[in-house]
Amino acid sequence: MNREWLRASRRTGIATLSLLLFSCRAFAAGPQATPSIFAPASTPATDISHLAYFVLSVVAGIFVVVGGLITYAVIRFRDRDPNDKREPAQIYGSNQIELAWTVIPILIVVVLFLTTARMIFAIQDAPKPPSALSVTVVGHQFWWEFRYPKLGIVTANELHVPLSNHEQPRPTYLKLLSADVVHSFWVPQLAGKTDVIPNHSNLTWIDPQQPGLYVGQCAQFCGVEHAKMLLRVYVDTPEQFAAWVKNEQKPGVQDPAVAEGRRIFETEACMNCHTIRGTAATGRFGPDLTHLMSRDTIASGAVPLNRQTLRQWIEEPDSMKPGVLMPAMKLSDQQLDQLTDYLMTLK
Amino acid sequence: MADQTFPIGGTLDLTPPRVARKTFLEWMHEWVTTVDHKRIGLLYIWFSIIFLLVGGAEALALRIQLATPDSHFLSPDTYNRLFTMHGTTMVFLMGMPFLFGFANYIVPLQIGARDMAFPRLNAFSFWLTAFGGAMLYYSFIGGSGLYGVGNAPDVTWWAYAPLTSRAFSPGHGVDYWALSLIVTGIGTLGGAINIIATVLSMRCKGMTLLRMPLFAWLMLVVSGLLLITITPLTAAQVMLTIDRYLGGHFFDTQAGGSAVVWMHFFWIFGHPEVYVLVFPAFAIANEVIPVFSRKPIFGYPAMVAASVGIAFISLGVWAHHMFTVGMTSVDNTFFVLSTELVGVPTGIKIFNWLATMWGGKIRFKVPMLFLTAFLFQFLIAGLTGIILSIAPFDWQLHNSYFVIAHFHYMLVGSIIFAIFGGFYYWYPKVTGRMMSEKLGKWHFWLMLIGFHVTFDTMHFVGLMGMPRSIYNYDASRGWAHLNMIVSLGGAVQGIAVLIFAVNLIWSYYKGKEAGNDPWDAWTLEWSTSSPPPVYNYAVEPEVRSRRPLWDLKHPEDPDWSYE
Repeated sequence: MNREWLRASRRTGIATLSLLLFSCRAFAAGPQATPSIFAPASTPATDISHLAYFVLSVVAGIFVVVGGLITYAVIRFRDRDPNDKREPAQIYGSNQIELAWTVIPILIVVVLFLTTARMIFAIQDAPKPPSALSVTVVGHQFWWEFRYPKLGIVTANELHVPLSNHEQPRPTYLKLLSADVVHSFWVPQLAGKTDVIPNHSNLTWIDPQQPGLYVGQCAQFCGVEHAKMLLRVYVDTPEQFAAWVKNEQKPGVQDPAVAEGRRIFETEACMNCHTIRGTAATGRFGPDLTHLMSRDTIASGAVPLNRQTLRQWIEEPDSMKPGVLMPAMKLSDQQLDQLTDYLMTLK
Repeated sequence: MADQTFPIGGTLDLTPPRVARKTFLEWMHEWVTTVDHKRIGLLYIWFSIIFLLVGGAEALALRIQLATPDSHFLSPDTYNRLFTMHGTTMVFLMGMPFLFGFANYIVPLQIGARDMAFPRLNAFSFWLTAFGGAMLYYSFIGGSGLYGVGNAPDVTWWAYAPLTSRAFSPGHGVDYWALSLIVTGIGTLGGAINIIATVLSMRCKGMTLLRMPLFAWLMLVVSGLLLITITPLTAAQVMLTIDRYLGGHFFDTQAGGSAVVWMHFFWIFGHPEVYVLVFPAFAIANEVIPVFSRKPIFGYPAMVAASVGIAFISLGVWAHHMFTVGMTSVDNTFFVLSTELVGVPTGIKIFNWLATMWGGKIRFKVPMLFLTAFLFQFLIAGLTGIILSIAPFDWQLHNSYFVIAHFHYMLVGSIIFAIFGGFYYWYPKVTGRMMSEKLGKWHFWLMLIGFHVTFDTMHFVGLMGMPRSIYNYDASRGWAHLNMIVSLGGAVQGIAVLIFAVNLIWSYYKGKEAGNDPWDAWTLEWSTSSPPPVYNYAVEPEVRSRRPLWDLKHPEDPDWSYE
């Protein structure tokens, strides 16, 4: 019964909500700049939004009835004549009425509970199909590490997943780990949030139905730069995804023209924290930079990536993200230019 | 009042109180050493008002920061400290002291007692709470250790491990936080024990438990709840301190400890705590709504049962704060059901208040205005609570601004509104003067408008995907306009609270004389003078019903003939 029922409740829900939710574009499909939970683009988020319409309709109904009664009482029973000192009839209670307003809420609770329980099991215990892609997400202060164990890819902050559809589902299952404190993985258009907890592995899944860039961010306070621990999920068409995988699997570009920059990377402290595959740099404390230039942003999505921002970031990370754990290395202008040139080749 | 023929009359000091003005030191000495329940109640209330203003100022700073995207008004460190202090202050230094202030002042008067059961424990509890509050705020200047000035805690008021470990929070901010909550917690336990003992053993002749005013009933229930819930909080703070300084690994995930265990400890305190804070609001509603509707409370036994029921169920719902931490689907389902069940007794309360107003002659004086708004706002807070109990919906809403809007509907829209109503209601009893109705109406309407502008809007920001605890957001997210509206509403509320503060002071000197019973009310406290004498009642009152003053005023139609 439930699919039909949810659909019906969605129609009533939309009527109520379009009044409430000013932004009509929230109902448009596909990625949005404002990550509204009512613009779902993946099965968990869509199911949740349907359930949300139903629940909102129920509580709106309760509000109209009870709020209406309170309003009526306030208007109808106000003291119209302060000089009339007679007291109204003294009523002490009524067991029948008490019983009625105990039983009716219990019935509402039963309905809400059964609907909710069904949805919890459907989303949380959804079996993982063989076609699913597995990604391990590792939360760090204040960035995201993404590892694709079967594909041999490690990247950061910008998660690439394949497009899925109902006929040939290709969901992505995310195993959530943390390297330090508690974070929370939240991309509202794709799924509800799941906490990323050290020493406590979690699982969530998405099956995005529209290609494009979905934004989200860490949703559990994790330290000074929690606000700039942003998330970008790129949903690629099969061709795009294959091309991206192919590029990511290659080792880092070795361009002799920027050998001096690479030398700086490998002799200053950079390599202690960062990995560039194919070089001596194998640090794991900071993001993997093997294909840095395949990404659109740095600083965990906080700053667009180009030569100027990259150079400023290396020179003084705190100027863009105060409190970031990457130190300023006090490089000379020439070293900065050479290092930036080198990193710019890592496509 | 002492009578020389009284057997112990000779032992009483009959020197009339000095008419001359006391020196400042004498005045201070009286207040610091007092064990009078009314004075201690006032100390608690002054303490709360000060922290209401401090916490409110912190909130305004946060709102200035968030009003515009990519704002640089506060640094990230400062922002994180201020929202941690705002939350901790409002729960532990504003909400709970208000509870004890009201309970201390009113419960003994309502049950016809001369003081609390343990007057010295009472004073001790207050001074511990005050010391804890001072210690927390001292962290702003002294929490630095070797790490620079201004190291107040910056780990949120729920302080999830392992962010609180020394690896991630060096300096002493977290230590001040943990220790001050242990200290105020002990004060809270003392206060709770005292209220329980007072209510159970100090009631006057004829006042059976089921003739006790509902206000006193709720304070009894809330005290029982505190005894149960402060314990896990204190235990967790002790474990945290052991982790930080004695090499413990309770929450040290790098050494096999568990971050999730902290969450369980914190929320098994933290959720009942919400009811600890809201019960005083219920208590005030139970007094004000009947008096201003000119009817007895509808369904008194059901109200008592619903209060006990809410307290009981609230002990089994804590993990609804943890739907996103990856519990099993069965665990999640259990906590959905237990949480939704709270709605049943809560509904009974709302309906009973409605039925009390129904058929009455409602006098919309300022206390009733606040309590009417309370009723509406509490209804909405309850309904958004039902929304949040739907675990899958909560996966989206958890830690978003929707949650912030929901619990501020509870904490401001319900609790603070009811407390303001309580102020206007009992101020004449405490000072002998009425609060200004004119200023009161300005206070009410500005507060109402500011509240709704702020917190109604905030729900939508949350639905649009804005998480809590962020000091900064990018303009491209499209949250800027609504955040500006939220902040403007905050400013209006700030003005309203200042009007309230002015009204408190102005009315103390210039308010109309109140007399003993300005509201034509029915509980015992209105039978003694305003302000009440130190001994409250010259002779022990005797009651025959729930509304002893109704019986006195209407001898032809007393309550006891119906009960």
